[in-house]
Amino acid sequence: MEFDLAFIWAGLIAFSVLTYVILDGFDLGLGILFPLGRSEQDRDLMMNSVAPVWDGNETWLVLGGGGLFAVFPLAYAVIMPALYMPITVMLLALVFRGVSFEYRWRVKNKRLWDLAFFAGSFIAAFCQGIALGALVQGIEVEARAYVGGWFDWLTPFSILTGLAVVVGYALLGASWLILKTEGTLRNQMRGYAGRLGTATLALIGVISILTPFQDPVYFERWFNLPGSLWTMIVPLLMLLLSWFFFRGLQGPRDAQPFLAALGFFVVSFVGIGISFYPMMVPPHLTIWDVAAPHSSLAFALVGALVLIPIILGYTAYAYWVFRGKMDPTEGYH
Amino acid sequence: MLESFSAESLARAQFAFTVSFHIIFPAFSIGLASFLAVLNARWLRSRDTTYLTLFNYWKKIFAVAFGMGVVSGIVMSYQFGTNWSVFSDKAGPVIGPLMAYEVLSAFFLEAGFLGIMLFGRSRVGEKLHMFATAMVAFGTLMSATWILSVNSWMQTPAGYFIADNGQFHPEDWWQIVFNPSFPYRLVHMVLAAFLTTALVVGGVGGLHLLRDRADASARRMFSMAMWMLVLVTPLQILAGDAHGLNTLEYQPAKVMAMEGHYDSHPNGAPLILFGIPNPSERRIDYALEIPKLSSLILKHDLNAPLAGLDTIPEEDEPPVAIVFFSFRVMVGLGFAMLGLGIWSLFARMRRRLFEAPALWRASILMAPTGFIAVLAGWITTEVGRQPFTVYGVLRTSDSIAPVDAPAVAASLIAFVIVYFAVFGAGTLYILRMMNKPATTAKLGLTDGPMRTASRPAATQRQEHENGI
Repeated sequence: MEFDLAFIWAGLIAFSVLTYVILDGFDLGLGILFPLGRSEQDRDLMMNSVAPVWDGNETWLVLGGGGLFAVFPLAYAVIMPALYMPITVMLLALVFRGVSFEYRWRVKNKRLWDLAFFAGSFIAAFCQGIALGALVQGIEVEARAYVGGWFDWLTPFSILTGLAVVVGYALLGASWLILKTEGTLRNQMRGYAGRLGTATLALIGVISILTPFQDPVYFERWFNLPGSLWTMIVPLLMLLLSWFFFRGLQGPRDAQPFLAALGFFVVSFVGIGISFYPMMVPPHLTIWDVAAPHSSLAFALVGALVLIPIILGYTAYAYWVFRGKMDPTEGYH
Repeated sequence: MLESFSAESLARAQFAFTVSFHIIFPAFSIGLASFLAVLNARWLRSRDTTYLTLFNYWKKIFAVAFGMGVVSGIVMSYQFGTNWSVFSDKAGPVIGPLMAYEVLSAFFLEAGFLGIMLFGRSRVGEKLHMFATAMVAFGTLMSATWILSVNSWMQTPAGYFIADNGQFHPEDWWQIVFNPSFPYRLVHMVLAAFLTTALVVGGVGGLHLLRDRADASARRMFSMAMWMLVLVTPLQILAGDAHGLNTLEYQPAKVMAMEGHYDSHPNGAPLILFGIPNPSERRIDYALEIPKLSSLILKHDLNAPLAGLDTIPEEDEPPVAIVFFSFRVMVGLGFAMLGLGIWSLFARMRRRLFEAPALWRASILMAPTGFIAVLAGWITTEVGRQPFTVYGVLRTSDSIAPVDAPAVAASLIAFVIVYFAVFGAGTLYILRMMNKPATTAKLGLTDGPMRTASRPAATQRQEHENGI
């Protein structure tokens, strides 16, 4: 039996991008909410809730980029120049927020690195949303190279997806903090999560309505019979998750809003997958057009199949070690 | 002003800038991670609190350096695509999987266990904490292995064929991973990282000895660092020599530039100690040279003929002056390190290691030289690879992304400003921490992002005594 390695790899890359989005999503999200922390102690607590895990989260972004380079080099070579500006700005923003985790504790006045943490998180999220929107709109390719201009990514649609990702990440951040904290900080986050949840769902709705009009292929994918019977599952799942989310906000199960918010992202991601498949770089390049030769795919796959389960294992362990509510009454040594 | 630069030279400047900044942090953290593992192991064995004090001191410095390495490394993984997309498309099938292995086998390992190493001692117990610390160290070494395999393949490509679509396609993964220059480069770089760390640790130890020669932790770190210098510097000089012979075999033009040999020498080539390359006249001005020594070093024969750059087509010639100077900086510093090591050995034999202010001062002076030597070495090998990205096969000018010069210029300026500001601040914080003695309970105003939830009071008392 011959396996379609390119297809398997498309699945693995999609998996690592999704894992990145939900993991770094909540830690970028609490960066976005950072200025709303009412006291320095609250902000310390917010940051500490992800300090032991954030760089593992961000490593999935490196796997997304590195994996694309390894198995879909043409996609990597086309997407990066096309999204030159948002990618570069995102990387610089991640520099600022990443170093804040350590720098913040090394200075008298934390304001500067508080600001860097917030701005870096906000801008990185916004750029990721713009990159998503630009990819959905499609990238112009001729002779294995990007041929568009360097502002092609900038459209009302990509700004909208940028905002949606910022709001969505903030929602993940707020619901993560509901899970990790108690008392006034948790109540404050409950309030935000309600509003952010509504806003996220509204934005997902608007983008879902606009997406089929970005490319006739997407339209065809979503609205045909009997296929629509299947694609209808996506919005139905979303409705179910919304109910689960808003019920969870009333307590007492503090994990429920977070799980539901993760569900929003997973389902939206599946929705994007339905629009894209079998394209890797819409509207011209399919998964198979951009795939590296069989030998590259096979060699890398051996490592991925052995190592990814191990990685998931020790990542889960690291989360387990730092599980549970944080205790703000015990200070820092 | 920037219009006068081509997109290619700007992209090269950008890559050189971001990768040079990046390499500083791994060069330090590879060695420091292993040092931390050793310190922790010795603490567990001997229960000598000096080791624990040192572990807790250097781990905080490690955390800041590692953070800078992570964020500057994420930039690198995207830089191939943004500025060198044609190279990425062509070489991706060969070097991409190696980088994927680096992410999978190294980056996740480091990141996954770093949190436990930094914050988890009391939560997971000593044994698992030791395991996590060892995994972080192992991860840094794995990372070095894969990325040096990638770099070495670009220097000495092997195990590939060129497909109809212009891509490099893999033929033999063994040959690709273990390409001819890889073992030499790996050993040379890992030893360089250990030396860099030893010099920094030695400098910090020297500083605190100058202030208080009874400081037990300063004595311990200074002694450990000097042992490292004594043992590793001679190995490094041997490794460097072997690496040079390997380069002579596979990239002779690079060695010609390193040696400053514009002309061929049929009857034994001189070793040029110093001089100023004069590219227009194609000679080395003010050369101070030792006759026939270059032939002796490179061919082990005084009269062996050595070809010069006159045998290389002009369009394949690397920039001579940069390679010539950077090579001399690296070698000169290497011998200075050897000197420091020998000095410390004499002081130790005379039992005056902790009564040698001049030696301590010298070690402070030498503290940053590991970084300078690493950078100089990388400049030698990378500039020496020019004008190719994949040596002899793919030209740098044919590797560039279709991005306009102004876009590259704008991002270059942004990188320069951000890196100097952010990593300048980080370096300042690290220096501030180093300036405090290891026994300081709090290195910052607050002692790092520490999680202390739900632990029995007894553990905390224990930790307090241990100075965590």
